Amino acid sequence: MFFAYFAGMLTVLSVLVVTRRNPVHSVLWMLVLFVHIAGLYLFLNAEFMAAIQIIVYAGAILVLFLFVIMLLDLKKDESVRKFQNQWFLGLVIGLIFMVVLVSTASKITVIPPLGEYSVDAIKSEGSMMTIGKILYTEYLLPFEIASLLLLVAIIGAVVLAKRRIE
Amino acid sequence: MTLADFIISIIVISVFLIHVMYVQYFERKTIGHMQARLGPMRVGWHGILQPIADSLKLFFKEDIIPSQSDKPIFFIAPIIGVIAGVSSLAVIPLWETFSIADLNIGILYILALSSVGAYSVIIGGWASNSKYSFLGGLRASAQVISYEISMGLSLVGVMMMAGSANLADIVKAQSEQWFIIPQFLAFGIFFISALAETNRVPFDLPEAEAELVSGFATEYSGMRWALFFMAEYAGVFIMSALAAVCFLGGWSGPDIWFFSYVPDVVWLILKVYAFVFLYFWIRSTLPRYRYDQLMNIGWKILIPLSLANIILTGLLKIV
Repeated sequence: MFFAYFAGMLTVLSVLVVTRRNPVHSVLWMLVLFVHIAGLYLFLNAEFMAAIQIIVYAGAILVLFLFVIMLLDLKKDESVRKFQNQWFLGLVIGLIFMVVLVSTASKITVIPPLGEYSVDAIKSEGSMMTIGKILYTEYLLPFEIASLLLLVAIIGAVVLAKRRIE
Repeated sequence: MTLADFIISIIVISVFLIHVMYVQYFERKTIGHMQARLGPMRVGWHGILQPIADSLKLFFKEDIIPSQSDKPIFFIAPIIGVIAGVSSLAVIPLWETFSIADLNIGILYILALSSVGAYSVIIGGWASNSKYSFLGGLRASAQVISYEISMGLSLVGVMMMAGSANLADIVKAQSEQWFIIPQFLAFGIFFISALAETNRVPFDLPEAEAELVSGFATEYSGMRWALFFMAEYAGVFIMSALAAVCFLGGWSGPDIWFFSYVPDVVWLILKVYAFVFLYFWIRSTLPRYRYDQLMNIGWKILIPLSLANIILTGLLKIV
């Protein structure tokens, strides 16, 4: 029941995000969308993920989006048609993919064995503790690589911005 | 959730809102006396009924809506701020066995809500369709992004000391020593960031009245403007409560003589009001920063310092 509400709302909100004329409205619908995603995480007992979803996506990334969109002059774009003529073809292909996906997914019957991190195990020591432990022991190398990638991206952004000033 | 929980929440929120209403009286009196004035004196004994008179006036004032504004967003902006401010109260442990919601991610919950609350200022400024409001909104968005980072990082030190992000556990971890002593650096960073996060002087650039009339709130009037103010003071209270819980031992008080009979919640409220007083003291002492100075302080001083604090705390934990 809860899941049906969240799934339905997520779909409706995503459509609203891409169809708004005014980009600021798009961003605000996206904010509502992110809050719903966080709600879905809470529903799945992942409270840490829900908090991070709000802090990182709603609190930082979307504010940056808003900041950039507000600085651009988008008055002209609003009068231009937003969708190209191919939208009907896109819809058909998308529907075909959906039918294929649903028909295969409903046939999967093999349920893999449960891992050691069941809901009760996570609840006993808190989701934050569990994620931290796994991240810094089992998945230490991927974690370090991801942070290195982010560092490279930051340096790249700074280099590009500096060049433009000179 | 049972009916009893619901009634308790309603009571806590009502008491909180009365505090929010009266803190403005406290502010006007404090600043008045610091500037060798008397502050409000006319309504009731020493102006004690002034907040009620003000609320009544604002409630019955005309609600002016600019004709070119984006109306749904204009309406919803102040409401987002108030909801975010009041719902942060849920995780603050008022005494040892009581907080409305005992979450394991208490600190993160407050940080998340404070970032959602910032939207009220940003979209309120944008939806008013006025240059002053818009500039106020832009300033708010850049300021919030910058200071949220240092605030979150300064609280990481506290979480490391306590080994938990649950606010009740953090208070219990301070039974021997308040965290303000080992985490004095984090405390300084947190307090400065909290000033910026709640848009208070000397970082109140989103509503800098000398340059921007009244910043994001220029086009608001009547009840909606009052809601913006409520959101701001609720934010001041929540940040003060977070500082009291994380650095000053929350509900714990001295355990000697008749002090041990004083209810725990009184100690918490006293600590919160000490911080609120500090906010007002700073407001009547310091001039406003320039915008580039604000950004420099945030990115070049506070964030490196808070990162250094995390490393120092880690070393302290190993030794």
